[in-house]
Amino acid sequence: MTAVVPMEHALLLGAALLAVGLIGVLVRRNLLFMLLSIEIMLNAAGVALVAAGAGWRQVDGEIMFIFILAVAASEVAVGLALLLQFRRRLGTLDSGAAATMKG
Amino acid sequence: MLEWLWIVPALPLAGFAALALLGPLLPRRVAAALGTGAAGGAMIVAVAAAWQFIAQTPAAGAFTQPLWQWMRVGGLDVAISLRLDELSLVMMLVVTVVGFLIVVYSIGYMSGDEGYSRFFAYMNLFVALMLLLVLADNLVAVYLGWEGVGLCSYLLIGFWYRDKANGRAARKAFIVTRLGDIGLIVGLLLIFDKLGTLNIQQVLAQAAAQWPAGSTLAVAVAALLLAGAVGKSAQLPLQVWLPDAMAGPTPVSALIHAATMVTAGVYLIARMHVLFKLAPPVMLLVAMIGAATLLIAGVSAATQRDIKRVIAYSTISQIGYMFLALGIGAWAAGVFHIVTHAFFKSLLFLGAGVIIHALSGEQDLFQMGGLRRALPLTFWMFLIAAAALAGLPPTGGFASKEAIVYFSYGSPQSHWALFAAALAGVFLTGLYTFRMVFLAFLGPPHRVHLHKSPPSMLWPLVALAAGVLGTAVLEWPHDLGGRAFFFDFLERALPPATSLPVGQWTVPLIQAAGVAASLAGIAAAWFITRPARQAAGARAEALRRFWQAGWGFDWLYNKAIIAPLLWLVRLDRHDVVDRLYIALEHAAAAGHRGMARLQTGQIAWYALAIAAGTVAVLTIMTVLA
Repeated sequence: MTAVVPMEHALLLGAALLAVGLIGVLVRRNLLFMLLSIEIMLNAAGVALVAAGAGWRQVDGEIMFIFILAVAASEVAVGLALLLQFRRRLGTLDSGAAATMKG
Repeated sequence: MLEWLWIVPALPLAGFAALALLGPLLPRRVAAALGTGAAGGAMIVAVAAAWQFIAQTPAAGAFTQPLWQWMRVGGLDVAISLRLDELSLVMMLVVTVVGFLIVVYSIGYMSGDEGYSRFFAYMNLFVALMLLLVLADNLVAVYLGWEGVGLCSYLLIGFWYRDKANGRAARKAFIVTRLGDIGLIVGLLLIFDKLGTLNIQQVLAQAAAQWPAGSTLAVAVAALLLAGAVGKSAQLPLQVWLPDAMAGPTPVSALIHAATMVTAGVYLIARMHVLFKLAPPVMLLVAMIGAATLLIAGVSAATQRDIKRVIAYSTISQIGYMFLALGIGAWAAGVFHIVTHAFFKSLLFLGAGVIIHALSGEQDLFQMGGLRRALPLTFWMFLIAAAALAGLPPTGGFASKEAIVYFSYGSPQSHWALFAAALAGVFLTGLYTFRMVFLAFLGPPHRVHLHKSPPSMLWPLVALAAGVLGTAVLEWPHDLGGRAFFFDFLERALPPATSLPVGQWTVPLIQAAGVAASLAGIAAAWFITRPARQAAGARAEALRRFWQAGWGFDWLYNKAIIAPLLWLVRLDRHDVVDRLYIALEHAAAAGHRGMARLQTGQIAWYALAIAAGTVAVLTIMTVLA
């Protein structure tokens, strides 16, 4: 007997993860943690897609999640490279240090 | 020879182009030869063409030479073509003959001047444009010449531009005549709007066919053309520019501000006489303007100290006579006065130029005196011109002035007041003319050392004096055994003046009255120029000053027009209209500063804005759905 997780619970989990990620992006100053928070937000979207795919018995949701994994992986690769450059140039990972475009 | 008519304006134009392009490079002798050669060539061709025209008048009564199509836009069809008829022939001869003599005179008069070639360039341009003005058969081309001679007048009044007063006089002349020209251009537009053409002959034919006499349109068009003529010919109320225009070199005063350009207004009215005949109220206005101007300017002339200003006011006064003649329908008499006036007035100016040259620039009559012995030839030539101006026989001035005085009595369109003004004007003319002669040439000499004038300045005087006497032959009163060659010649171009039946002795009596009035003026001049009387005149000092200042017209215009205008300008120094645009600019800058503050460089703020925006859009979409 497999316990069926209701779709609403899965969607609520996704929404909670999205909120955690968004708050992380907004409040953390360290770029590494901001990157992590963006990963959490991507996964929140993934949870929602998988839940929807399972709920409606359509495989599109799972396929979409695999796309998101690929996008997340490449995004992390670029993001970490930028992070390394940031650190090398400014000597810190504080996002406020890059505020040179201030109007 | 008639086919060569185009050469008449083209030669001076070519002379102008050559002098304008090469002027500073040319030696002075070459520049003078080029300038006089072009004017002289134009004169020779003009005389030859006139000869041919008189010998073999074309069947149509006029010779038309199309040169090229200037523009054809919509219904507007402007061709540059020359039309030689009796009227334009007379004007062409006056412009080329007097113009040539004055240009020759300038060789000597301007010899010490640094702008030598520039002077000849302007003079040639003037002659070319004046010829275009009188020969053109399209009102647009006439207008081109009209404004062109105004430009030359401006350039030549301000010829000695280093002196600020000359620049001011030039601007004044330009702006005041432009006031009249506004009327002229509006009149032309009205003609084109109503008749659909600006070809002079078509305009006159269609106006006569379509507009009944006295109709509003005819009156409006004639009044608008009159405004242009009044400005150009320095008549009331736009006469103020001409006395100041004497700031230019004396040959310029002789050619432009006495002989030719200022009579363009008279020519325009004579040219458009069919239109003016359709507007009797405007005709009366023309006569009244002429009568008022000739009196006011005559009185002013009698009180001037500057010899050139005397002659300038006299020019205004004499053009007043021409307007009077036009206004009472004596077209040919007005045009004849243009011709005689061109000769005797340019002779007076050139004679004054010799005096000014001899006295190294002195223009004050009261600093002259006793020049009769020092400048005998100039004295006699000046005397001939003065006699003509005063209307004494046997000069051309007598014939033309008597014709005007006679028609102001005999014409059915005239009025006794106009006749009285004409006679009073003769008295005033004698007074101011001979006051000038007595002050300059009689009495004790003030100076001993005088500059001699070169022959090139003296023989134009003799030639012009011959013209002054010769014009009398063209038209001499019948009762004195003369023939009316001139009036008969003009008959086809200008209808002969009508006259009420008069008694057998009326004509001789009027002639006698005219001569008597003139002699009375001369006697009065003799009286007031005696040294004892000069001092006694101090009692009427205020009145004399008022007249000397031209009846206070300058003062009036300064107070009534220029001062309020300057006041408005001061009021609007910060440009009220601009305020709106400055406010717009400030609003944009403030908006920019506000928006710039949003760009913090803090990535978290951007993320928050994106998130908030997304939430807002989603909320709106959800609510709307």
